[in-house]
Amino acid sequence: MNDYMSILIAAGVFAGLGLLAGALLAAASKIFEVKKDEREDHIVAVLPGANCGGCGRSGCAALAADIVAGKAAPSSCTVGGAAVAKQIGEIMGVETEIPMRMRAQVMCSGTSELAKKKYVYAGARDCIAAEKMGGGDKLCANGCIGLGTCVATCKFGAISVIEGVAVVDYKKCEGCGACTYACPKHIIKLIPYDSTHWVGCMSVEKGATVNKQCAVGCIACRKCEKNCPSEAIKVVNSLASIDYTKCTGCGKCVDNCPRKIIWSSSRQNGELVIVRLPEENLQSLS
Amino acid sequence: MNFTALSFTDVLLLMLGAVLTENFIFSKFYGCCPFLGVSDKPDKAIGMGMAVTFVMTVSGAVTWAVYYLILLPLKLEYLRTVAFILIIAALVQVIEMFLRKFVPALYNSLGIYLPLITTNCAVLGAALVNIQKGYGFIPSVCYGFAAGRGFTLAITIFAGVRAKLEFADPPRAFKGFPMTLLAAGLLAMIFSGFSGISF
Repeated sequence: MNDYMSILIAAGVFAGLGLLAGALLAAASKIFEVKKDEREDHIVAVLPGANCGGCGRSGCAALAADIVAGKAAPSSCTVGGAAVAKQIGEIMGVETEIPMRMRAQVMCSGTSELAKKKYVYAGARDCIAAEKMGGGDKLCANGCIGLGTCVATCKFGAISVIEGVAVVDYKKCEGCGACTYACPKHIIKLIPYDSTHWVGCMSVEKGATVNKQCAVGCIACRKCEKNCPSEAIKVVNSLASIDYTKCTGCGKCVDNCPRKIIWSSSRQNGELVIVRLPEENLQSLS
Repeated sequence: MNFTALSFTDVLLLMLGAVLTENFIFSKFYGCCPFLGVSDKPDKAIGMGMAVTFVMTVSGAVTWAVYYLILLPLKLEYLRTVAFILIIAALVQVIEMFLRKFVPALYNSLGIYLPLITTNCAVLGAALVNIQKGYGFIPSVCYGFAAGRGFTLAITIFAGVRAKLEFADPPRAFKGFPMTLLAAGLLAMIFSGFSGISF
């Protein structure tokens, strides 16, 4: 009889504890209820959900909260592009300007064969670590270190290191820009997705110095500047750079560059085809 | 109710012991899952450590009260483990709701870690040790707090070690988790130095 009693007491106490805890939780959920803006959930559902950090926030949920709070524009998601910006605009009930689709481009052509090195680096396999060792192993202060810090950062698996230089796969790149922040050399730039030409060099050294450092550095000869019919390409600080608002994609700069560092893309069945030299350009089109 | 009589100095020693010589992770091996799971980034580790400390302190007080006011008078001591799990789980939920309402800043930094603590063995362990050693109310709360600090110390140090390991270039068989476990073992050996080695 005593045994039954002790079982009953135990069951009773636990039922009581359970009920008490349940009641407490139910009461707490009412007392501590936080009104959450429903639009926030809708926006999270629309966002790509990669949590890439390209917008400068910790993730998609954080951006949604900021958009609802009015701290961010509905078009802040660089990955979602026009479609997502439009949907968020509808949720928020405002007109949105459509952002331009961008893609990341590594502005360096100095593969391990073409760019000279000043020492043999054998440290941690990370660009930021290598950068601390006298700016990396390449003589050029603005060259790709090629240890893949951007590769590790890219949430879309769009970057790989080929022959010592990081290369972005345009089919996978969503233009979030996370790699542009990650690169210790700051040589990854966002350019309009449709842009056809870019200068594959970021060296601001004088021509003679560049010549000693790398076989494919911009020596600021100004041939591209002189031959550009639309004045889109300018040499500033011993480095050619293209103004994409003016560039018509005629390709005269590619033909005239003696260092072959102006790259061009052309389209094949609507797909971007990235090529290096004019003759390769022809091959890929034929 | 007979509690171990503890002076102020004893409580201080107890707390120091809980942080260093009887560190929850390195000498008791409680809470190893969050220790390995949430220690990949230092800021995450600190957030987790804060959350654990917070819950351990509060649960130390509540489980003590439940044990001595409900379980002991009804002679149900043998059910304390089950009761404590229930209490801690409910407590964590209430704390989470409370923080979301009144301290949103703290909620944002601890929020994702709080649900992870619901069934954390370190929190349950601290509550059970309090009862086992027969501590009074104040030593129980202090012990919970100190054990939480010990957890924070361990996980923060380990996160620093793992941040360095990221850039190491170990043999392929050691890459990732094996390397992490080895590092954890070495750290535990260092902490065993605090209590000395005797044969």
